[in-house]
Amino acid sequence: MNLEMHARPRLAAGCRLSEPSRGPRMLLMPERALQLNGPSLEIVERCDGRHTVQQIVFELQKIYSKAEPERVEKDILGYLTLLHDQRALDFAVEDAAGQK
Amino acid sequence: MTATIPTPLALIAELTHRCPLHCVYCSNPLELKSRGLELSTEVWTRVLREAADAGVLQVDFTGGEPLARPDLVELVRAARSAGLYVSLITSGLPLDEHRLAELVSAGLDHMQLSFQDTREDGASEIAGTRALEQKRKVVSWVRAHRIALTLNFVIHRQNLDHLDEMIAFGEESGAGRLEFAHVQYYGWAFANRERLLPTREQVDRSITLLQQAEARLRGKVRVEYVVPDYYAKYPKACMGGWGRKLMLITPGGDVLPCHAAQIIPGLRFANVQSQALREIWDSSEAFQEFRGEEWMREPCRSCDRRAQDFGGCRCQAFLLGGDAAVTDPVCTLTPQRAIVDEILATTNAPAPTPLATKSAWLYRSNPA
Repeated sequence: MNLEMHARPRLAAGCRLSEPSRGPRMLLMPERALQLNGPSLEIVERCDGRHTVQQIVFELQKIYSKAEPERVEKDILGYLTLLHDQRALDFAVEDAAGQK
Repeated sequence: MTATIPTPLALIAELTHRCPLHCVYCSNPLELKSRGLELSTEVWTRVLREAADAGVLQVDFTGGEPLARPDLVELVRAARSAGLYVSLITSGLPLDEHRLAELVSAGLDHMQLSFQDTREDGASEIAGTRALEQKRKVVSWVRAHRIALTLNFVIHRQNLDHLDEMIAFGEESGAGRLEFAHVQYYGWAFANRERLLPTREQVDRSITLLQQAEARLRGKVRVEYVVPDYYAKYPKACMGGWGRKLMLITPGGDVLPCHAAQIIPGLRFANVQSQALREIWDSSEAFQEFRGEEWMREPCRSCDRRAQDFGGCRCQAFLLGGDAAVTDPVCTLTPQRAIVDEILATTNAPAPTPLATKSAWLYRSNPA
């Protein structure tokens, strides 16, 4: 899959984050659950249909400023692709009028 | 017994044994619980909270047909407010658009809709009733909501030859996930095995088709399937290991480590009406019996695969091997594999098997 940097990922239908009050954060989806640690949680929390892939990359490069920016970008794109292959993400690409 | 008790991850809640279908491979026990003995809304509500507190993340409402419970919307709401991910495992009958909308607004996350076939005749023969048209409607209604949809095709000798039609149907349906589940031979399916067990040729062809579909649909539709275990080299990790991840509660409140555990002689089950769920999971006899590795015999005991498949299925060990503590007889490392090979030899006999055409289906009945 080719990730568009201006696409806005959001969790697919039937995929959601577990509530913060219920211990380690999990990405819940049909018949499975992925445990999210620091960076993966930072990424998934931004898959809200508002952040573009580019914005997620920028924001995480700031949070993980000690890591190489290229490495952060590569890891994020890899993780988004993995979630997409598991059908946990949809990507909305806006047209010129800003309509989704 | 093991020193550390794992955390349960999912609860399979069999709300009822009542069902409008009579599938010849139903996973319910041969002895069905009547409506009058089903757990009340209040007990289920408490149990769902207890499950979430014990660490359970997901609940699968199933049956029988869970839609047969008039309080299903209430139970979905109770599960969701306990913090659980809620799946409905259903035939799609009886359901209309209004009730679906109610279920979704109560917090339903995922619907798994079962299909007997994509051909009306075949589907009706298996289910003992006509249901395909209704299922198509349900698929179209679900599209209006933001919930996950899985189509579950139960596959076997009678329908494997048009697997390609099922894949195409699934692809067009808009479902995010397609599950192709080979019949597993317990209960009603064990009684009807002769007519359900596919030939090796069918199995090989189906695996090729499914691998192709999986690759072609990656990122669009998740395609999942397993090799039927009679044809496998090693057993399945049944339920992810006994008492390791999953538990099942029957309509009457017995807590089981798997769907079929009641067939194992001498195994006693605790009931949620008289005991807390966490305590049942942690220390009840049924869960402790085959937890860990202490119970294992050879060849499992010294086998490198024991932490992968946990010795296979205890119910199958009993059904085929006559003892729930032996290695699952589908494993090619046990001498008892000969039992399975003999069954397969009959199934794959060159002449059309006269038995397969002569015997009649044993249809699942309905509880009183």
